[in-house]
Amino acid sequence: MLKEILKILEHDARTTPKQLAAMTGVPQTEVTRLIKQAQEDRTILKYKTIVNWDKVEDEHVWALIEVKLTPEKDVGFDSMAERIYRFPQAHTVYLVSGSYDLFVLVVGKSNHEIADFVSQKLSHIEGVKETVTQFVLKRYKEDGEIVEGKEEVKRQPVML
Amino acid sequence: MATNPKVNSRVKKKKYHISKRANQISPSGIRKFFDLLASMEGVISLGVGEPDYATPWHITEAAIESLQKGQTMYTSNMGMPELRQELSRYLKAEYELEYDPATELLITVGVSEALDLAMRAILDPGDEVIISDPCYVSYEPCIVLAGGKAVAVPTNEEESFELSAAEVEARVTDKTRAILIGYPANPTGAVMSRDRMAEVAEVAQRHNLLVASDEIYAKLVYGVEHTCVAALPGMKASTILLGGFSKAYAMTGWRIGYAAAPREIIAAMTKVHQYTMMCAPTMGQVAAIEALRYGEESASDMVEDYNRRRLVMVKGLREIGMPCFEPKGAFYAFPSVKTTGLTSEEFAEKLLTEEKVAVVPGSAFGQCGEGYVRCCYATSMADIEEALTRMRRFVNRYRKA
Ligand SMILES: Cc1ncc(COP(=O)(O)O)c(C=O)c1O
Repeated sequence: MLKEILKILEHDARTTPKQLAAMTGVPQTEVTRLIKQAQEDRTILKYKTIVNWDKVEDEHVWALIEVKLTPEKDVGFDSMAERIYRFPQAHTVYLVSGSYDLFVLVVGKSNHEIADFVSQKLSHIEGVKETVTQFVLKRYKEDGEIVEGKEEVKRQPVML
Repeated sequence: MATNPKVNSRVKKKKYHISKRANQISPSGIRKFFDLLASMEGVISLGVGEPDYATPWHITEAAIESLQKGQTMYTSNMGMPELRQELSRYLKAEYELEYDPATELLITVGVSEALDLAMRAILDPGDEVIISDPCYVSYEPCIVLAGGKAVAVPTNEEESFELSAAEVEARVTDKTRAILIGYPANPTGAVMSRDRMAEVAEVAQRHNLLVASDEIYAKLVYGVEHTCVAALPGMKASTILLGGFSKAYAMTGWRIGYAAAPREIIAAMTKVHQYTMMCAPTMGQVAAIEALRYGEESASDMVEDYNRRRLVMVKGLREIGMPCFEPKGAFYAFPSVKTTGLTSEEFAEKLLTEEKVAVVPGSAFGQCGEGYVRCCYATSMADIEEALTRMRRFVNRYRKA
Protein backbone atom coordinates (compact mmCIF):
# COMPACT_ATOMS: atom_id res chain seq x y z
CA MET A 1 0.00 0.00 0.00
CA LEU A 2 2.89 2.34 0.73
CA LYS A 3 3.96 1.96 -2.87
CA GLU A 4 0.49 2.92 -4.11
CA ILE A 5 0.50 5.98 -1.85
CA LEU A 6 3.99 6.97 -3.00
CA LYS A 7 2.96 6.64 -6.64
CA ILE A 8 0.06 9.00 -6.09
CA LEU A 9 2.17 11.48 -4.11
CA GLU A 10 4.96 11.42 -6.66
CA HIS A 11 2.40 12.50 -9.22
CA ASP A 12 0.75 15.09 -6.96
CA ALA A 13 2.41 15.87 -3.64
CA ARG A 14 -0.56 17.93 -2.55
CA THR A 15 -2.90 14.94 -2.37
CA THR A 16 -4.23 15.02 1.19
CA PRO A 17 -4.38 12.01 3.50
CA LYS A 18 -8.16 12.19 3.19
CA GLN A 19 -7.95 12.01 -0.59
CA LEU A 20 -5.33 9.27 -0.43
CA ALA A 21 -7.63 7.28 1.82
CA ALA A 22 -10.48 7.64 -0.65
CA MET A 23 -8.26 6.74 -3.60
CA THR A 24 -6.80 3.62 -2.05
CA GLY A 25 -9.49 2.40 0.31
CA VAL A 26 -6.94 2.50 3.18
CA PRO A 27 -8.18 4.17 6.40
CA GLN A 28 -6.98 7.74 6.76
CA THR A 29 -5.18 7.09 10.04
CA GLU A 30 -3.20 4.33 8.37
CA VAL A 31 -2.36 6.61 5.43
CA THR A 32 -1.08 9.25 7.81
CA ARG A 33 1.00 6.70 9.68
CA LEU A 34 2.56 5.32 6.50
CA ILE A 35 3.45 8.79 5.26
CA LYS A 36 4.93 9.82 8.56
CA GLN A 37 7.06 6.71 8.63
CA ALA A 38 8.17 7.20 5.03
CA GLN A 39 9.21 10.74 5.85
CA GLU A 40 11.13 9.61 8.89
CA ASP A 41 13.04 6.87 7.14
CA ARG A 42 13.63 9.20 4.17
CA THR A 43 11.68 7.13 1.69
CA ILE A 44 9.98 10.44 1.03
CA LEU A 45 12.87 12.85 0.65
CA LYS A 46 11.06 16.11 0.09
CA TYR A 47 7.96 17.69 -1.43
CA LYS A 48 8.61 20.27 -4.12
CA THR A 49 7.01 22.17 -6.93
CA ILE A 50 7.97 21.86 -10.57
CA VAL A 51 8.26 25.41 -11.81
CA ASN A 52 8.35 26.65 -15.34
CA TRP A 53 10.92 29.37 -14.65
CA ASP A 54 10.58 30.72 -18.15
CA LYS A 55 7.25 32.21 -17.06
CA VAL A 56 8.85 34.45 -14.46
CA GLU A 57 11.85 36.66 -14.72
CA ASP A 58 14.59 34.42 -13.67
CA GLU A 59 18.32 34.77 -14.03
CA HIS A 60 19.14 31.18 -13.26
CA VAL A 61 21.41 29.30 -15.59
CA TRP A 62 21.67 25.54 -15.73
CA ALA A 63 24.54 23.38 -16.89
CA LEU A 64 25.15 19.66 -17.19
CA ILE A 65 28.70 18.81 -16.25
CA GLU A 66 30.35 15.55 -17.13
CA VAL A 67 33.02 14.75 -14.60
CA LYS A 68 35.76 12.18 -15.11
CA LEU A 69 37.40 10.90 -11.97
CA THR A 70 40.68 9.19 -11.26
CA PRO A 71 39.97 6.62 -8.62
CA GLU A 72 42.61 6.90 -5.96
CA LYS A 73 43.75 4.47 -3.40
CA ASP A 74 41.51 4.51 -0.36
CA VAL A 75 39.21 7.10 -1.87
CA GLY A 76 36.13 5.64 -3.50
CA PHE A 77 33.74 7.28 -5.95
CA ASP A 78 31.30 7.85 -3.12
CA SER A 79 33.55 10.12 -1.14
CA MET A 80 34.68 11.99 -4.25
CA ALA A 81 31.03 12.42 -5.18
CA GLU A 82 30.30 13.70 -1.70
CA ARG A 83 32.87 16.45 -2.04
CA ILE A 84 30.94 17.56 -5.08
CA TYR A 85 27.34 17.08 -3.97
CA ARG A 86 27.95 19.02 -0.76
CA PHE A 87 28.12 22.19 -2.87
CA PRO A 88 24.68 23.80 -2.96
CA GLN A 89 25.28 24.64 -6.62
CA ALA A 90 25.14 20.93 -7.43
CA HIS A 91 21.45 20.32 -7.99
CA THR A 92 21.62 16.69 -9.06
CA VAL A 93 24.56 14.28 -8.90
CA TYR A 94 24.59 10.78 -10.35
CA LEU A 95 27.30 8.17 -10.77
CA VAL A 96 26.91 6.92 -14.31
CA SER A 97 28.30 4.30 -16.65
CA GLY A 98 29.93 5.28 -19.91
CA SER A 99 32.61 7.70 -20.96
CA TYR A 100 32.52 9.76 -17.78
CA ASP A 101 31.77 9.05 -14.14
CA LEU A 102 29.65 11.74 -12.55
CA PHE A 103 26.74 13.57 -14.03
CA VAL A 104 26.39 16.89 -12.22
CA LEU A 105 23.53 19.28 -12.87
CA VAL A 106 24.55 22.73 -11.68
CA VAL A 107 22.47 25.87 -11.14
CA GLY A 108 23.98 29.31 -11.09
CA LYS A 109 23.03 32.95 -11.45
CA SER A 110 25.04 33.41 -14.64
CA ASN A 111 27.27 31.56 -17.07
CA HIS A 112 30.07 33.30 -15.32
CA GLU A 113 29.19 31.94 -11.94
CA ILE A 114 28.99 28.42 -13.30
CA ALA A 115 32.28 28.80 -15.13
CA ASP A 116 33.83 29.98 -11.88
CA PHE A 117 32.36 27.08 -9.96
CA VAL A 118 33.82 24.63 -12.44
CA SER A 119 37.25 26.18 -12.69
CA GLN A 120 37.65 27.29 -9.06
CA LYS A 121 35.94 24.50 -7.22
CA LEU A 122 35.13 21.41 -9.21
CA SER A 123 38.35 20.97 -11.12
CA HIS A 124 40.40 21.43 -7.94
CA ILE A 125 38.79 18.57 -6.14
CA GLU A 126 41.16 15.71 -5.67
CA GLY A 127 40.51 12.97 -8.17
CA VAL A 128 38.65 15.12 -10.68
CA LYS A 129 40.48 14.48 -13.91
CA GLU A 130 38.39 16.24 -16.50
CA THR A 131 35.15 18.16 -16.82
CA VAL A 132 32.95 18.99 -19.78
CA THR A 133 30.39 21.73 -19.22
CA GLN A 134 27.22 21.92 -21.27
CA PHE A 135 24.94 24.90 -20.73
CA VAL A 136 21.21 24.28 -20.93
CA LEU A 137 19.62 26.31 -23.73
CA LYS A 138 16.03 25.26 -23.45
CA ARG A 139 14.00 23.03 -21.19
CA TYR A 140 11.45 20.87 -22.96
CA LYS A 141 10.48 18.53 -20.18
CA GLU A 142 11.02 18.86 -16.47
CA ASP A 143 10.61 15.94 -14.10
CA GLY A 144 8.19 14.20 -16.42
CA GLU A 145 6.22 17.35 -17.20
CA ILE A 146 6.19 18.89 -20.64
CA VAL A 147 7.19 22.52 -20.08
CA GLU A 148 5.44 24.24 -22.92
CA GLY A 149 2.67 23.53 -25.34
CA LYS A 150 1.13 20.62 -23.49
CA GLU A 151 -2.37 20.59 -24.84
CA GLU A 152 -5.51 19.66 -23.01
CA VAL A 153 -7.14 16.63 -24.50
CA LYS A 154 -10.48 17.73 -25.87
CA ARG A 155 -13.32 15.27 -25.57
CA GLN A 156 -16.93 15.33 -26.59
CA PRO A 157 -18.70 16.30 -23.37
CA VAL A 158 -21.33 13.59 -23.65
CA MET A 159 -21.06 10.23 -25.34
CA LEU A 160 -22.95 7.05 -24.88
CA MET B 1 -24.54 28.31 -61.47
CA ALA B 2 -24.37 30.09 -58.14
CA THR B 3 -27.54 29.82 -56.12
CA ASN B 4 -29.02 32.86 -54.56
CA PRO B 5 -29.62 32.14 -50.88
CA LYS B 6 -32.55 34.57 -50.76
CA VAL B 7 -34.33 32.77 -53.54
CA ASN B 8 -33.38 29.49 -52.04
CA SER B 9 -34.93 30.19 -48.66
CA ARG B 10 -38.28 30.90 -50.26
CA VAL B 11 -38.33 27.53 -51.95
CA LYS B 12 -40.66 25.18 -50.18
CA LYS B 13 -38.76 22.87 -47.84
CA LYS B 14 -38.17 19.63 -49.63
CA LYS B 15 -39.64 16.49 -48.13
CA TYR B 16 -37.36 13.52 -48.19
CA HIS B 17 -38.39 9.97 -48.01
CA ILE B 18 -36.75 8.31 -45.05
CA SER B 19 -36.76 4.55 -44.98
CA LYS B 20 -38.93 2.64 -42.56
CA ARG B 21 -35.80 0.94 -41.34
CA ALA B 22 -34.13 4.20 -40.36
CA ASN B 23 -37.35 5.45 -38.81
CA GLN B 24 -37.58 2.31 -36.77
CA ILE B 25 -34.74 3.37 -34.56
CA SER B 26 -35.02 6.41 -32.35
CA PRO B 27 -32.31 9.00 -31.96
CA SER B 28 -30.13 8.61 -28.91
CA GLY B 29 -32.01 9.53 -25.75
CA ILE B 30 -29.64 12.26 -24.74
CA ARG B 31 -29.65 14.35 -27.88
CA LYS B 32 -31.03 17.35 -26.00
CA PHE B 33 -28.16 17.27 -23.55
CA PHE B 34 -25.72 17.73 -26.36
CA ASP B 35 -27.55 20.91 -27.35
CA LEU B 36 -27.90 22.21 -23.82
CA LEU B 37 -24.28 21.50 -23.06
CA ALA B 38 -23.06 23.20 -26.17
CA SER B 39 -24.51 26.49 -24.93
CA MET B 40 -23.05 26.31 -21.42
CA GLU B 41 -19.72 27.16 -19.88
CA GLY B 42 -18.00 25.72 -16.85
CA VAL B 43 -19.70 22.36 -17.10
CA ILE B 44 -18.01 19.36 -15.55
CA SER B 45 -18.91 16.42 -17.67
CA LEU B 46 -19.28 12.98 -16.20
CA GLY B 47 -21.17 12.18 -19.36
CA VAL B 48 -18.25 11.06 -21.44
CA GLY B 49 -17.68 7.50 -22.48
CA GLU B 50 -14.00 7.46 -23.18
CA PRO B 51 -10.64 7.64 -21.44
CA ASP B 52 -9.30 11.07 -20.49
CA TYR B 53 -5.84 10.05 -21.62
CA ALA B 54 -4.39 10.74 -24.98
CA THR B 55 -3.20 7.54 -26.66
CA PRO B 56 0.14 6.41 -25.18
CA TRP B 57 2.85 8.12 -27.16
CA HIS B 58 4.65 4.99 -28.32
CA ILE B 59 1.45 3.94 -30.06
CA THR B 60 0.90 7.32 -31.69
CA GLU B 61 4.55 7.47 -32.67
CA ALA B 62 4.35 4.07 -34.40
CA ALA B 63 1.46 5.36 -36.50
CA ILE B 64 3.27 8.59 -37.34
CA GLU B 65 6.27 6.63 -38.51
CA SER B 66 4.08 4.48 -40.75
CA LEU B 67 2.53 7.60 -42.26
CA GLN B 68 5.96 9.07 -42.93
CA LYS B 69 6.87 5.88 -44.70
CA GLY B 70 3.80 6.27 -46.86
CA GLN B 71 1.82 3.43 -45.38
CA THR B 72 -1.41 5.10 -46.46
CA MET B 73 -3.10 2.49 -48.64
CA TYR B 74 -5.93 0.05 -48.02
CA THR B 75 -5.02 -3.08 -46.16
CA SER B 76 -6.37 -6.56 -46.73
CA ASN B 77 -10.14 -6.59 -46.16
CA MET B 78 -9.76 -8.66 -43.04
CA GLY B 79 -7.07 -6.39 -41.66
CA MET B 80 -3.28 -6.42 -41.77
CA PRO B 81 -1.91 -9.95 -41.41
CA GLU B 82 0.55 -8.79 -38.74
CA LEU B 83 -2.29 -7.38 -36.69
CA ARG B 84 -4.33 -10.56 -36.95
CA GLN B 85 -1.22 -12.50 -36.00
CA GLU B 86 -0.64 -10.32 -32.94
CA LEU B 87 -4.28 -10.57 -32.00
CA SER B 88 -4.21 -14.33 -32.27
CA ARG B 89 -1.15 -14.39 -30.03
CA TYR B 90 -2.83 -12.04 -27.59
CA LEU B 91 -6.02 -14.10 -27.31
CA LYS B 92 -3.95 -17.21 -26.76
CA ALA B 93 -1.87 -15.57 -24.05
CA GLU B 94 -4.83 -13.93 -22.36
CA TYR B 95 -7.45 -16.68 -22.52
CA GLU B 96 -5.79 -19.80 -23.94
CA LEU B 97 -7.96 -19.33 -27.02
CA GLU B 98 -6.70 -20.36 -30.44
CA TYR B 99 -8.01 -18.35 -33.35
CA ASP B 100 -6.67 -18.81 -36.84
CA PRO B 101 -5.51 -15.37 -37.98
CA ALA B 102 -6.34 -16.20 -41.58
CA THR B 103 -9.95 -17.25 -41.13
CA GLU B 104 -11.25 -16.56 -37.64
CA LEU B 105 -10.30 -12.95 -37.00
CA LEU B 106 -11.61 -9.81 -38.61
CA ILE B 107 -10.33 -6.29 -37.95
CA THR B 108 -13.17 -3.76 -37.88
CA VAL B 109 -13.86 -0.08 -37.45
CA GLY B 110 -14.24 -0.30 -33.71
CA VAL B 111 -16.44 -2.69 -31.82
CA SER B 112 -19.25 -0.58 -33.25
CA GLU B 113 -18.76 -1.99 -36.70
CA ALA B 114 -18.04 -5.50 -35.44
CA LEU B 115 -21.36 -5.44 -33.64
CA ASP B 116 -23.22 -4.31 -36.73
CA LEU B 117 -21.53 -6.95 -38.87
CA ALA B 118 -22.24 -9.68 -36.38
CA MET B 119 -25.95 -8.88 -36.32
CA ARG B 120 -26.14 -8.60 -40.08
CA ALA B 121 -24.32 -11.87 -40.51
CA ILE B 122 -26.54 -13.95 -38.25
CA LEU B 123 -30.03 -12.44 -38.31
CA ASP B 124 -32.95 -12.95 -40.64
CA PRO B 125 -36.05 -10.79 -40.47
CA GLY B 126 -37.96 -11.49 -37.30
CA ASP B 127 -35.11 -13.25 -35.52
CA GLU B 128 -34.74 -12.41 -31.88
CA VAL B 129 -31.68 -11.45 -29.88
CA ILE B 130 -31.69 -11.37 -26.12
CA ILE B 131 -30.05 -8.37 -24.50
CA SER B 132 -29.84 -7.09 -20.95
CA ASP B 133 -31.68 -4.05 -19.66
CA PRO B 134 -29.97 -1.67 -19.07
CA CYS B 135 -27.31 -2.07 -21.72
CA TYR B 136 -25.14 -0.13 -24.11
CA VAL B 137 -27.27 2.04 -26.40
CA SER B 138 -26.11 0.53 -29.68
CA TYR B 139 -27.23 -3.01 -29.10
CA GLU B 140 -30.89 -2.65 -29.89
CA PRO B 141 -30.48 -0.39 -32.96
CA CYS B 142 -27.88 -2.76 -34.42
CA ILE B 143 -30.26 -5.68 -33.98
CA VAL B 144 -33.18 -3.75 -35.44
CA LEU B 145 -31.19 -2.47 -38.42
CA ALA B 146 -30.25 -6.06 -39.18
CA GLY B 147 -33.94 -6.95 -39.28
CA GLY B 148 -34.03 -8.55 -35.88
CA LYS B 149 -35.90 -7.91 -32.70
CA ALA B 150 -34.28 -7.17 -29.35
CA VAL B 151 -35.73 -8.96 -26.36
CA ALA B 152 -34.66 -7.34 -23.12
CA VAL B 153 -33.97 -9.22 -19.92
CA PRO B 154 -34.30 -6.99 -16.90
CA THR B 155 -31.36 -6.82 -14.53
CA ASN B 156 -31.25 -5.03 -11.23
CA GLU B 157 -29.01 -3.58 -8.60
CA GLU B 158 -29.86 -6.29 -6.07
CA GLU B 159 -28.29 -8.82 -8.45
CA SER B 160 -25.38 -6.48 -9.25
CA PHE B 161 -26.83 -5.93 -12.73
CA GLU B 162 -25.71 -9.41 -13.74
CA LEU B 163 -27.72 -11.33 -16.25
CA SER B 164 -29.70 -14.22 -14.77
CA ALA B 165 -29.60 -17.42 -16.80
CA ALA B 166 -33.13 -18.31 -15.73
CA GLU B 167 -34.44 -14.95 -16.90
CA VAL B 168 -32.65 -15.41 -20.18
CA GLU B 169 -33.98 -18.90 -20.65
CA ALA B 170 -37.53 -17.74 -19.93
CA ARG B 171 -37.31 -15.49 -22.98
CA VAL B 172 -35.94 -18.00 -25.44
CA THR B 173 -38.35 -18.72 -28.30
CA ASP B 174 -37.94 -20.60 -31.55
CA LYS B 175 -37.02 -17.25 -33.11
CA THR B 176 -34.13 -16.61 -30.74
CA ARG B 177 -30.76 -16.64 -32.50
CA ALA B 178 -28.39 -15.12 -30.06
CA ILE B 179 -27.68 -13.54 -26.71
CA LEU B 180 -25.86 -10.22 -26.99
CA ILE B 181 -24.04 -9.32 -23.81
CA GLY B 182 -21.54 -6.71 -22.79
CA TYR B 183 -19.62 -7.21 -19.56
CA PRO B 184 -17.87 -5.32 -18.00
CA ALA B 185 -20.92 -3.24 -18.66
CA ASN B 186 -21.69 0.19 -19.91
CA PRO B 187 -23.60 1.87 -18.18
CA THR B 188 -23.51 -0.02 -14.86
CA GLY B 189 -19.88 -1.02 -14.47
CA ALA B 190 -21.12 -4.52 -13.63
CA VAL B 191 -18.89 -7.55 -14.19
CA MET B 192 -20.37 -11.02 -14.63
CA SER B 193 -18.89 -13.61 -12.32
CA ARG B 194 -17.51 -16.69 -14.00
CA ASP B 195 -20.25 -18.87 -12.55
CA ARG B 196 -23.05 -16.63 -13.71
CA MET B 197 -21.50 -16.33 -17.13
CA ALA B 198 -21.17 -20.11 -17.32
CA GLU B 199 -24.87 -20.45 -16.51
CA VAL B 200 -25.80 -18.10 -19.32
CA ALA B 201 -23.46 -19.99 -21.63
CA GLU B 202 -25.23 -23.21 -20.71
CA VAL B 203 -28.56 -21.73 -21.70
CA ALA B 204 -27.04 -20.73 -25.01
CA GLN B 205 -25.75 -24.24 -25.61
CA ARG B 206 -28.96 -25.90 -24.53
CA HIS B 207 -30.92 -23.86 -27.06
CA ASN B 208 -28.26 -23.76 -29.74
CA LEU B 209 -27.88 -19.99 -29.54
CA LEU B 210 -24.89 -17.88 -30.35
CA VAL B 211 -23.44 -15.55 -27.76
CA ALA B 212 -22.22 -12.26 -29.15
CA SER B 213 -20.02 -10.90 -26.41
CA ASP B 214 -18.91 -7.26 -26.42
CA GLU B 215 -15.76 -7.37 -24.33
CA ILE B 216 -14.45 -3.92 -25.05
CA TYR B 217 -13.92 -3.27 -21.33
CA ALA B 218 -12.21 -6.63 -20.71
CA LYS B 219 -9.04 -5.04 -19.38
CA LEU B 220 -10.84 -2.53 -17.19
CA VAL B 221 -11.63 -4.63 -14.15
CA TYR B 222 -10.81 -3.87 -10.54
CA GLY B 223 -9.95 -6.63 -8.15
CA VAL B 224 -11.97 -9.22 -10.06
CA GLU B 225 -11.32 -11.29 -13.14
CA HIS B 226 -12.95 -10.78 -16.45
CA THR B 227 -14.51 -13.91 -17.86
CA CYS B 228 -14.18 -14.23 -21.60
CA VAL B 229 -17.26 -16.08 -22.82
CA ALA B 230 -15.43 -17.81 -25.64
CA ALA B 231 -12.97 -19.27 -23.17
CA LEU B 232 -15.65 -21.11 -21.20
CA PRO B 233 -15.61 -24.86 -21.87
CA GLY B 234 -17.15 -25.65 -25.24
CA MET B 235 -18.13 -22.03 -25.93
CA LYS B 236 -15.63 -21.03 -28.61
CA ALA B 237 -17.77 -22.55 -31.35
CA SER B 238 -20.84 -20.65 -30.15
CA THR B 239 -19.31 -17.26 -29.47
CA ILE B 240 -18.75 -14.14 -31.50
CA LEU B 241 -16.15 -12.34 -29.44
CA LEU B 242 -16.06 -8.60 -30.03
CA GLY B 243 -13.10 -6.67 -28.74
CA GLY B 244 -11.42 -3.39 -29.24
CA PHE B 245 -8.70 -0.95 -28.50
CA SER B 246 -10.73 2.16 -27.74
CA LYS B 247 -10.95 1.85 -23.98
CA ALA B 248 -7.98 -0.23 -22.83
CA TYR B 249 -5.41 1.73 -24.82
CA ALA B 250 -7.18 5.09 -24.92
CA MET B 251 -7.62 4.78 -28.68
CA THR B 252 -11.24 5.81 -29.27
CA GLY B 253 -10.44 8.04 -32.22
CA TRP B 254 -8.40 5.44 -34.08
CA ARG B 255 -11.48 3.35 -34.72
CA ILE B 256 -10.12 -0.17 -34.45
CA GLY B 257 -11.88 -3.22 -33.12
CA TYR B 258 -12.15 -6.87 -34.02
CA ALA B 259 -14.32 -9.93 -34.13
CA ALA B 260 -13.13 -13.43 -33.31
CA ALA B 261 -15.56 -16.17 -34.29
CA PRO B 262 -16.01 -19.47 -36.11
CA ARG B 263 -14.82 -19.19 -39.72
CA GLU B 264 -18.28 -19.37 -41.34
CA ILE B 265 -19.41 -16.42 -39.28
CA ILE B 266 -16.23 -14.44 -39.92
CA ALA B 267 -16.62 -15.21 -43.63
CA ALA B 268 -20.15 -13.81 -43.63
CA MET B 269 -19.11 -10.75 -41.62
CA THR B 270 -16.15 -10.20 -43.92
CA LYS B 271 -18.44 -10.14 -46.94
CA VAL B 272 -20.49 -7.31 -45.48
CA HIS B 273 -17.39 -5.52 -44.25
CA GLN B 274 -15.71 -5.85 -47.64
CA TYR B 275 -18.53 -4.06 -49.44
CA THR B 276 -19.40 -1.49 -46.83
CA MET B 277 -16.04 -0.63 -45.29
CA MET B 278 -13.26 -2.16 -47.42
CA CYS B 279 -10.96 -2.20 -44.44
CA ALA B 280 -10.36 -0.60 -41.08
CA PRO B 281 -8.17 2.53 -41.11
CA THR B 282 -4.59 1.62 -41.95
CA MET B 283 -2.89 3.96 -39.50
CA GLY B 284 -5.18 2.71 -36.76
CA GLN B 285 -4.21 -0.85 -37.52
CA VAL B 286 -0.53 0.04 -37.27
CA ALA B 287 -1.23 1.66 -33.92
CA ALA B 288 -3.13 -1.42 -32.78
CA ILE B 289 -0.17 -3.66 -33.60
CA GLU B 290 2.04 -1.47 -31.44
CA ALA B 291 -0.57 -1.53 -28.66
CA LEU B 292 -0.69 -5.32 -28.67
CA ARG B 293 3.07 -5.67 -28.79
CA TYR B 294 4.13 -3.06 -26.29
CA GLY B 295 1.04 -1.49 -24.77
CA GLU B 296 0.57 -3.72 -21.75
CA GLU B 297 2.30 -1.41 -19.30
CA SER B 298 0.59 1.78 -20.39
CA ALA B 299 -2.74 -0.01 -20.28
CA SER B 300 -2.23 -1.31 -16.76
CA ASP B 301 -1.02 2.09 -15.53
CA MET B 302 -4.26 3.58 -16.76
CA VAL B 303 -6.31 0.86 -15.10
CA GLU B 304 -4.54 1.55 -11.79
CA ASP B 305 -5.41 5.18 -12.11
CA TYR B 306 -9.05 4.53 -13.02
CA ASN B 307 -9.29 2.39 -9.94
CA ARG B 308 -8.25 5.27 -7.67
CA ARG B 309 -10.87 7.47 -9.20
CA ARG B 310 -13.45 4.72 -9.05
CA LEU B 311 -12.95 4.42 -5.30
CA VAL B 312 -13.24 8.19 -4.84
CA MET B 313 -16.33 8.43 -7.02
CA VAL B 314 -18.23 5.57 -5.44
CA LYS B 315 -17.38 6.59 -1.87
CA GLY B 316 -18.23 10.19 -2.69
CA LEU B 317 -21.59 9.33 -4.22
CA ARG B 318 -22.55 7.21 -1.24
CA GLU B 319 -21.55 9.98 1.15
CA ILE B 320 -23.73 12.56 -0.55
CA GLY B 321 -26.77 10.34 -0.31
CA MET B 322 -26.70 8.62 -3.68
CA PRO B 323 -26.64 4.89 -3.03
CA CYS B 324 -24.25 3.32 -5.48
CA PHE B 325 -23.69 -0.29 -6.33
CA GLU B 326 -19.99 -1.12 -6.50
CA PRO B 327 -18.93 -1.15 -10.13
CA LYS B 328 -16.13 -3.64 -10.68
CA GLY B 329 -15.39 -2.81 -14.29
CA ALA B 330 -15.40 -0.25 -17.11
CA PHE B 331 -15.23 3.38 -15.91
CA TYR B 332 -18.77 4.15 -14.89
CA ALA B 333 -20.57 4.48 -11.59
CA PHE B 334 -24.32 4.01 -11.68
CA PRO B 335 -25.80 5.66 -8.59
CA SER B 336 -29.46 5.73 -7.71
CA VAL B 337 -31.30 9.06 -7.79
CA LYS B 338 -34.24 7.77 -5.81
CA THR B 339 -33.55 9.86 -2.71
CA THR B 340 -34.32 12.96 -4.74
CA GLY B 341 -37.70 11.78 -5.99
CA LEU B 342 -36.71 12.82 -9.49
CA THR B 343 -36.73 10.65 -12.57
CA SER B 344 -33.29 10.02 -13.97
CA GLU B 345 -33.96 12.35 -16.86
CA GLU B 346 -35.21 15.15 -14.59
CA PHE B 347 -32.22 14.60 -12.36
CA ALA B 348 -29.77 14.84 -15.24
CA GLU B 349 -31.43 17.88 -16.74
CA LYS B 350 -31.76 19.81 -13.48
CA LEU B 351 -28.27 18.86 -12.37
CA LEU B 352 -26.91 20.20 -15.62
CA THR B 353 -28.83 23.48 -15.58
CA GLU B 354 -28.59 24.13 -11.84
CA GLU B 355 -25.14 22.84 -10.97
CA LYS B 356 -23.46 22.42 -14.33
CA VAL B 357 -22.61 18.77 -13.96
CA ALA B 358 -23.41 16.49 -16.88
CA VAL B 359 -24.41 12.90 -16.22
CA VAL B 360 -26.36 10.53 -18.44
CA PRO B 361 -29.85 9.45 -17.37
CA GLY B 362 -30.01 5.70 -16.84
CA SER B 363 -33.24 5.56 -18.81
CA ALA B 364 -31.20 6.12 -21.98
CA PHE B 365 -29.95 2.55 -21.52
CA GLY B 366 -33.30 0.86 -21.02
CA GLN B 367 -36.28 0.86 -18.69
CA CYS B 368 -34.33 -0.78 -15.91
CA GLY B 369 -31.89 2.11 -16.01
CA GLU B 370 -34.65 4.40 -14.76
CA GLY B 371 -33.87 5.68 -11.30
CA TYR B 372 -30.13 5.79 -11.97
CA VAL B 373 -27.64 8.03 -13.71
CA ARG B 374 -24.37 7.11 -15.32
CA CYS B 375 -21.31 8.95 -14.04
CA CYS B 376 -18.07 8.38 -15.87
CA TYR B 377 -15.06 8.69 -13.58
CA ALA B 378 -12.49 8.80 -16.38
CA THR B 379 -11.92 12.45 -15.62
CA SER B 380 -9.48 14.36 -13.45
CA MET B 381 -9.57 13.88 -9.70
CA ALA B 382 -10.13 17.61 -9.28
CA ASP B 383 -13.18 17.47 -11.53
CA ILE B 384 -14.54 14.42 -9.73
CA GLU B 385 -14.24 16.20 -6.41
CA GLU B 386 -15.82 19.39 -7.69
CA ALA B 387 -18.62 17.42 -9.35
CA LEU B 388 -19.30 15.63 -6.07
CA THR B 389 -19.44 18.96 -4.21
CA ARG B 390 -21.97 20.30 -6.68
CA MET B 391 -23.97 17.08 -6.61
CA ARG B 392 -24.06 17.14 -2.82
CA ARG B 393 -25.67 20.59 -2.95
CA PHE B 394 -28.11 19.37 -5.55
CA VAL B 395 -29.09 16.20 -3.72
CA ASN B 396 -29.58 18.11 -0.46
CA ARG B 397 -31.89 20.49 -2.24
CA TYR B 398 -34.07 17.74 -3.66
CA ARG B 399 -33.85 15.15 -0.98
CA LYS B 400 -37.32 13.95 -0.17
CA ALA B 401 -38.52 14.94 3.28
C1 LIG C 1 -20.08 -1.34 -24.39
C2 LIG C 1 -19.49 -0.64 -25.56
N1 LIG C 1 -19.33 -1.30 -26.71
C3 LIG C 1 -18.82 -0.70 -27.80
C4 LIG C 1 -18.43 0.63 -27.78
C5 LIG C 1 -17.89 1.24 -29.05
O1 LIG C 1 -16.54 0.99 -29.12
P1 LIG C 1 -15.62 1.29 -30.40
O2 LIG C 1 -14.94 2.59 -30.14
O3 LIG C 1 -14.66 0.14 -30.43
O4 LIG C 1 -16.50 1.32 -31.59
C6 LIG C 1 -18.56 1.34 -26.59
C7 LIG C 1 -18.18 2.76 -26.54
O5 LIG C 1 -18.59 3.51 -25.70
C8 LIG C 1 -19.10 0.70 -25.47
O6 LIG C 1 -19.23 1.35 -24.30
